Amino acid sequence: MTMPSLTMIEAIRDAMDVMMARDDRVVTFGQDVGRFGGVFRCTDGLQHKYGSSRCFDTPVSESGIVGIAVGMGAYGLRPVAEIQFADYMYPAYDQIVSEAARLRFRSAGEFNAPLVVRMPCGGGIFGAQTHSQSPEALFTHVAGLKTVIPSNPHDAKGLLIAAIEDDDPVMFLEPKRIYNGPFDGHHDRPVVPWSKHELSETPEGYYTVPIGEAAIRREGTEVSILAYGTMVHVAEAACRAVGIDAEIVDLRSLIPLDLDTIVRSVIKTGRCAIVHEATRTSGFGAELSALIQERCFYHLESPVVRVTGWDTPYPHAQEWDYFPGPDRVGRALIRLMET
Amino acid sequence: MNAQPPTLHIPEPLACFGSAPDFSGLHLAEAGRVRRPTIDVEASEIRDLAYELIRVLDADGRAVGPWSDACSIDQLRSGLRAMLKTRAYDARMTMMQRQRKTSFYMQCTGEEAISCGFQPALQAGDMNFPTYRQQGLLIAQDWPVIDMMCQVLSNEKDRMKGRQLPVFYSAREAGFFSISGNLATQYVQAVGWAMASAMRGDGHVAATWIGEGATAENDFHAALVFASVYRPPVILNVVNNQWAISTAQSIAGGESATFAARAHGYGIPALRVDGNDYLAVHAAARWAVERARRNLGPTLIEWVTYRAAPHSTSDDPSKYRPKNDQAAWPLGDPIERLKDHLIGLNAWNETRQIQLKAELDEEIRVAAKEAEGFGTMVEGAKCSPASMFDDVYKVMPSHLREQRQELGF
Repeated sequence: MTMPSLTMIEAIRDAMDVMMARDDRVVTFGQDVGRFGGVFRCTDGLQHKYGSSRCFDTPVSESGIVGIAVGMGAYGLRPVAEIQFADYMYPAYDQIVSEAARLRFRSAGEFNAPLVVRMPCGGGIFGAQTHSQSPEALFTHVAGLKTVIPSNPHDAKGLLIAAIEDDDPVMFLEPKRIYNGPFDGHHDRPVVPWSKHELSETPEGYYTVPIGEAAIRREGTEVSILAYGTMVHVAEAACRAVGIDAEIVDLRSLIPLDLDTIVRSVIKTGRCAIVHEATRTSGFGAELSALIQERCFYHLESPVVRVTGWDTPYPHAQEWDYFPGPDRVGRALIRLMET
Repeated sequence: MNAQPPTLHIPEPLACFGSAPDFSGLHLAEAGRVRRPTIDVEASEIRDLAYELIRVLDADGRAVGPWSDACSIDQLRSGLRAMLKTRAYDARMTMMQRQRKTSFYMQCTGEEAISCGFQPALQAGDMNFPTYRQQGLLIAQDWPVIDMMCQVLSNEKDRMKGRQLPVFYSAREAGFFSISGNLATQYVQAVGWAMASAMRGDGHVAATWIGEGATAENDFHAALVFASVYRPPVILNVVNNQWAISTAQSIAGGESATFAARAHGYGIPALRVDGNDYLAVHAAARWAVERARRNLGPTLIEWVTYRAAPHSTSDDPSKYRPKNDQAAWPLGDPIERLKDHLIGLNAWNETRQIQLKAELDEEIRVAAKEAEGFGTMVEGAKCSPASMFDDVYKVMPSHLREQRQELGF
């Protein structure tokens, strides 16, 4: 049976459609989400199909959006809140950190907030410092949150369904540069659509990708590359370009983290590169690097390498000097193999 | 032309340490004077009520005016009992903190009428989103004080397993949402909870609580705009007890407008009520709850009261408030006022008051002794440290299991 090929946007919409049809407690809302269907079209048609009390527009207030989601979750609904850009998340950070993440703990299980906060993240669209950020480490640092970042339509749908069903708050980061195609960092080449990628084949109806399981995107023997989101595709391009037999681990979920898969891979290859678009200092790569040092030290042939965004705000005109593209990743891999 | 450059206005409290009490900025009104609108009134028709003060009990303890008929005699006696019990509870818990049996406590002295008068307006299935000074919501519905005491003592019977600061209760069954402690965050959650109730057609009402100081937080305004847009069944309570720790209400904006008036910009009906008048509190609460229940939308109520106690056991208001400030407070003490009213109705007397107080003090003393039997902060049983790894997630992830083992469990 052939499966339909979807873009990330279609897959995300399909996940919400499937869950809204299955479970009348599932509601979705955010700025421009209702009538218009979202600035990235992720909720297009849902209001028409499920009515304006299941999919609706909100005032421009991120703390309000997540705040009502906490209250709705505590009531027993399954809210899926959209923050229009991850860069706009900060007014909601108190609601996420102090409320959603801690409600179960502080009430000893009497209340919980089963909510999903969807937010487009990452650069590559000339969005400058207000439409390009990757704040995942601000979530992984918080006890009580789960943080998920898919790299392809198949995972996006399965992970979002799993997130909606999850009884804990899930931060669902959507790399916007791969919404419409598997961008590998070669910004000067023609755009490749998802239809040419096998992971755009997405089962119809309900299925889940379990939160907390990494996927090996490419098996290899020489070096393990830990990546997620857009950077999975960048890493693949870099490996092809430099001809290194790397094993690419797509983390998919940062918390909970599939440490077993990571450790197994690094022990096998003896080398590790971590690639993320977020700023380097105190980024999630720092956590990964520490874990590998703790678990794999005697198997390492060389120091762990991080290829990341620079520790600067995301620039506009200099976007491609900031973005850790395939050339930068490739050079790091060559250096890593020479060490 | 005036060539003077603009100068900065830094509000000062009308009265502070070393000065005489001064409550001239209060916008008081005579008891019985303020009209009682029908519950389907438009916000624009009662804008004046945000600058009035709904009062029922006059200086002689008589119930007067259009808001005066909300309570039966039995209910008034039960309200008096709830307020006295709340005060007895506060006194005992404060003493236990002084004895170092717990780390911290917060009294609601002087504000008892607000929570004790509000709670009877709600029904089973409704939900309060309280701050740390609404213990009366639990006591007024006869929630077992021993359960509250075990939380304050962080002992083995503390249902919060020793995780929360004392007084940060959670009691789902009592319609009492887990207290956060981060100011104002729960104001907007209550709006979301009420939206969910409306979406499901369940008919439940949410009541949310905030102090006047925390109305400066952005979540207060987020709550008002969402309440204004979606018109869910929620009552937005602002307890104006004049002080946010040492900061007078003028620093929260109380000098330029009343806190009730903040609802006007959002088109939400607002009342301003004497929070030390049990009858006025209950009448206004019923009015607002009925509006919510009949799908007429949110109401904001500013309860004007006075924080007679320190902010917490860690606070010393003699450093920043005038001596005798409470004695000069023009709205009196809620317990005394309700007692005088009942005596005026020949439904109570001073002897019964003394007997009731003694009976409640004893009930609280016995409960406290029993609670102590389950441990205190300093001695006896506590929840195992291993339990701190529970409930972070529904299912404990492996990194927490490892950390628990590292701690020795």
